[in-house]
Amino acid sequence: MTAIADFAAALLLAPLLPGVINRVKAFFAGRRGQSVFQLYYDLRKLLAKGAVYSSASGFVFRLGPVASLAALLAALAVMPAGGHGSLASFDGDIILFAYLLALSRFVTVLAALDTGSSFEGMGASREVFFSALAEPAFFLSLAVLAKKAGAFSFNLIFLSANPVTGTPLLLVLAALFIVFLAENCRIPFDDPNTHLELTMIHEVMVLDHSGPDFALISYGAALKMWLLGAVVVRLALPFGGGTGGAQSPALFLAGIFALAIATGIVESCMARLRLLKVPALLLSASMLAFAAFMVS
Amino acid sequence: MALFATALLALTISAALSLVFSKKPAWSAFAGAGGNVLAAALGLAALAFAGAKPHLNLPWAVPGGQLHIALDPLSAVFLAPMFVLCACGALYGVSYGGLNRRTGTGFLLYNLLTASMAVVFTARNAMLFLAAWEIMALCSFLLVVTDYENPETRNAGWVYLVATHIGTAFIIALFALAWHKCGSTEFADFPKAFAALPFAAVALLSVTGFGAKAGFFPFHVWLPKAHPAAPSHVSAVMSGIMIKTGIYGIIRMISFCPPPPFWFGGLLASIGIISGVGGVLFALAQRDIKRSLAYSSVENIGIIALGLGMGWMGAASGRTDIAFIGFAGALLHVINHAFFKGLLFFGAGAVYHATGIRDMDRLGGLRRFMPVTALTFLAGSAAIAALPPFNGFISEFLIYSGAFKAVIAGRGAGFGGLAVILGLSLTGGLAAACFTRVFGIIFLGEPRAKLAVEHGEPPLMVGPMVALSALCLFMGLAPQFAARLVTEPALMLSGAPYADLPSRLQPVGLLGCAVVLLSLALWFFRKRLLAGRAVASAPTWGCGYSAPAASMQYTASSFAQPLVDFFGIGTAKKIEEPHGLFPSHAMFRSETPDIAKSRFYRPLFENIEQRMSSLRVIQHGNIHAYILYIAAALVALLVWTLK
Repeated sequence: MTAIADFAAALLLAPLLPGVINRVKAFFAGRRGQSVFQLYYDLRKLLAKGAVYSSASGFVFRLGPVASLAALLAALAVMPAGGHGSLASFDGDIILFAYLLALSRFVTVLAALDTGSSFEGMGASREVFFSALAEPAFFLSLAVLAKKAGAFSFNLIFLSANPVTGTPLLLVLAALFIVFLAENCRIPFDDPNTHLELTMIHEVMVLDHSGPDFALISYGAALKMWLLGAVVVRLALPFGGGTGGAQSPALFLAGIFALAIATGIVESCMARLRLLKVPALLLSASMLAFAAFMVS
Repeated sequence: MALFATALLALTISAALSLVFSKKPAWSAFAGAGGNVLAAALGLAALAFAGAKPHLNLPWAVPGGQLHIALDPLSAVFLAPMFVLCACGALYGVSYGGLNRRTGTGFLLYNLLTASMAVVFTARNAMLFLAAWEIMALCSFLLVVTDYENPETRNAGWVYLVATHIGTAFIIALFALAWHKCGSTEFADFPKAFAALPFAAVALLSVTGFGAKAGFFPFHVWLPKAHPAAPSHVSAVMSGIMIKTGIYGIIRMISFCPPPPFWFGGLLASIGIISGVGGVLFALAQRDIKRSLAYSSVENIGIIALGLGMGWMGAASGRTDIAFIGFAGALLHVINHAFFKGLLFFGAGAVYHATGIRDMDRLGGLRRFMPVTALTFLAGSAAIAALPPFNGFISEFLIYSGAFKAVIAGRGAGFGGLAVILGLSLTGGLAAACFTRVFGIIFLGEPRAKLAVEHGEPPLMVGPMVALSALCLFMGLAPQFAARLVTEPALMLSGAPYADLPSRLQPVGLLGCAVVLLSLALWFFRKRLLAGRAVASAPTWGCGYSAPAASMQYTASSFAQPLVDFFGIGTAKKIEEPHGLFPSHAMFRSETPDIAKSRFYRPLFENIEQRMSSLRVIQHGNIHAYILYIAAALVALLVWTLK
C-alpha cells in the first residue's frame, strides 16, 4: 500500500523537479523566474495540441516517446523512489533498472535518427557515446552498494542493516551524482536551456517532437530525474536499517528537492564542459566508484 | 536416438539429392531445403523425446575410431538452436541464392555443414569428432567462396582456411596427448588421460584450438573477412552456430578435467572482456553491415566467455550457486545469440539482396521499401543490445547476477565479479551505440544515395526473420521457458543446483510484459488525444536552413566518430580539404584495419616467411630431387624402426 502511495507520489511530483531547478537558477541570476509548476502548465498545453510529424519519419519516430516513457514507468516499479519499499522487488532488479533506462535511451536515439536531421544525428551520436561511459560508473557504484548490503536488489540495499558509511559513501555519492547529472543532461554535460547549439545533446534529439509526443518526452525526462535522484537520496540520507528503521516519506521528499536545489546551484555556478572534456569527467566517476569498492 | 540418426540421414540424403538434381535448380532447392527442414523437425523431436542415456555406437574402419554419438544436456543446448537456425537459413537460402547452377552444390554443402555440426555436437570419439570438425571446416570454406570470381572472396576464404586449420592443429595435439596417456580415442576415457596431464596444458590447448573457431580476440581475424564474403544464410549459420562449436569444444574438454583452478575462470573472463570490448569497438568502426555484424559476433562470444569465466571462478571458490548462474547465463546466450544474430544476418542479406549495397553510408530510409525487414531488424537490434523485453537481456541478466553474487561473496571471486560487471556494462553501452547506428543509418531517415530497391521482400526470406524475431521476443517475455532449456546442462557443469531459476526469472519477464503493455496503452492514449485534431506532415526542421538534402544526414561514420576516436583503435583517415573560393574537389575517407591483423599477425607471418626463405633451396621444382627426398625419408624411417 505504502509502495503504491510512493509510486503515485513520484508520478505526481516528478514535474516539480525541473521547476525547482529553474527557480534556483533564476534566483542566482537575480530574476524572479517561472513558477515551479511551469512543467505542469506546459504538459497541459502540449497534451491539448495537435501534432506535426516530419515527412521523413515513420513508425520508429512515433514509437520513441511511448516506449521511452513505458520503460521509465516500469523502472519506477522496481525503484524505492519514496520513503518506503518499491512496488516490485527481486534479486537483480538493479540490473533490470539500468537496462530499462538503456531501453528508454535506445528508442529516443532511434526516433532522433528517424528524422534524418543532421542536428539530431549529432545529438544521438553524443548521447550513445556519453551513456556508454556512464554505464560502467553506474554499475560499479551498484557493485559497491551490493557488496556492503550483501544483496543486489534496491529494496534490500536501501533497507540494509549494514549501510554504506564514511569514505566509501562519499565516493559513491560523488560518482552517482556525476551519473545523475550526465544521464539527466544537466550542466556540466549538457545545457537544457540551449536548443540550437552545436554542443547540445538531449534537447536536440527531441527537436522534431511536438504536441502530445513532446509532452510524453518532457514528462519522461522529469520522471528519469526523480528515478536517478532517488538512488542518490536514499543513499545519502539516514533512512535507518532493517524493517524497524525510520521510513519517512517527508525525509525523502526533503532529500529529493534538496538534490534539485543542489543541481540548480551547480548549474548556476558552472559552465558546460567542453565536449572533449566530458569523457574525462565520466571516467573519473568510474574511478571514484572503483576507489569506493577498494576501501569498502 | 533413432530419430536423431534419421535426422542425420535426412540431411545426407537430401544433400546428395540436391547434387543429383543440380541441372534442375528448383528440384534441388526443394530437396535441399525440404530435407533440412525435415531434419530439423526430426532433430528437435529427438531432443524433446530423448531417452535416459541415448547413444549409438557402431564400429568404424578408421584406426582408433568408432562411430560413437550420444545426446546429453550439453549437446542438446547447442543442437536445439542449430536445428532451428539451419532450417530457417535453408528456407531463406532458396530465395537469397536464387535458382541457378550453383543451387545444387550450395545445398549439398549447406546440408553437409548442418550434418557435420550435428555430429560435432554429439561425437563421443576423438577420431569421429575430428572428421566431423574437418568436414564442417571444408564445407563452410567452400560456402564462403561461393562467389569465387571475386578476388576479395577468394582471399577471405583463404584466410579462413588457414585460421581454422591452425586451430585444428592445436586440437589434434590435445587429442594426441590424451591418446598417448590413455591409449584410447573414446571421450569416455579422456578423464583418465586428462587427470594424468597438467591442467594448464589441456586448458591452453583447448582455449587456443577451439578459441580460433570461436573467434576469441585476437584469434578472430578470419571472422570479419569470411562473414561478409559468404552468402547471408551461410553467414547466419556460421556466426549463429558454427563459431559456437568452439565454445562447445572448450566446455566439453574442460568437463573431462578435474575441477579447474581459479586462474582458468579468470583467464576466460579476461578473454571475455577483451573480446567483448574489442569486438564491439571494431563493430562500431565498420561501414560494411556484414563486417560490423561479424565483429559483433566476436563481442557476443566474449559475453559467453565472461559467463563461463564467472562459472568457473565461482566453482573454484566453492560457490556452486554462482557457478550455476554463470554457466546458465553463458549457455542461454549461446541460444539467444544464435537467434538474434541469425535474424540480423538475414536482415543484412535482405538489404543486400534488394539494393546490392553493403556500405551503410550509402543506405538509409529502407524502412519505406522493406517494412517487415525493418521491424524484425529492430527487434534483433534491441535483442543484441541486451534490452528488455527481448531475450538478449535475460542471458546478460544471469551473468550479471552471478557477478553480483560473486562481489557479495568477496575475496578473489569478488574481484572476478567486479571485472565481469565492468566488462559487461562497458560492452552493453557500446553495443547499444553500435546497433542504434546499424539500424538507424540503414533503415531510418532518407536514402543517402540513389537506391534501386528491387525484389522487395520475398516470403521465404521474410518468414524466417519473422519467426526468429518472434522467438527473441517470446524468450524475453517468458524467460522461465528459456531457463528450463539451460537448467540441466548448467547443473551438469556446476554440480549443484540453484534453487528455482525459472521462478526467479519470472518477475523480469513480467516487467518486460509491463513495458509492452504500457507502450501499447500510451500509443492508444496518444491516438485518442490526436483523434479529430490537426495532425500535419512537414519536412524535418532544418533549424532555419531551408534547403536540406538527404546527403546532409549523419552517416554511419560520423555517428561512430566520437567513440572510435576516443578509444583510439587505429582508424586511418584520408582527408583532402577543399581549397580556394570555389573548391571543386574535396574528399574524406576513413578505414579501420584490424588491430590484431596489422600489429600482430602480419609482422609474425612476415617474420616467419623471412626465416623460412632460406629453406627454399630444397624446393626447386626438380621432380627427380623430390623422388630422392621421398626415398631418403623412407630409408630413414626404415632405419628408425629397425633400431
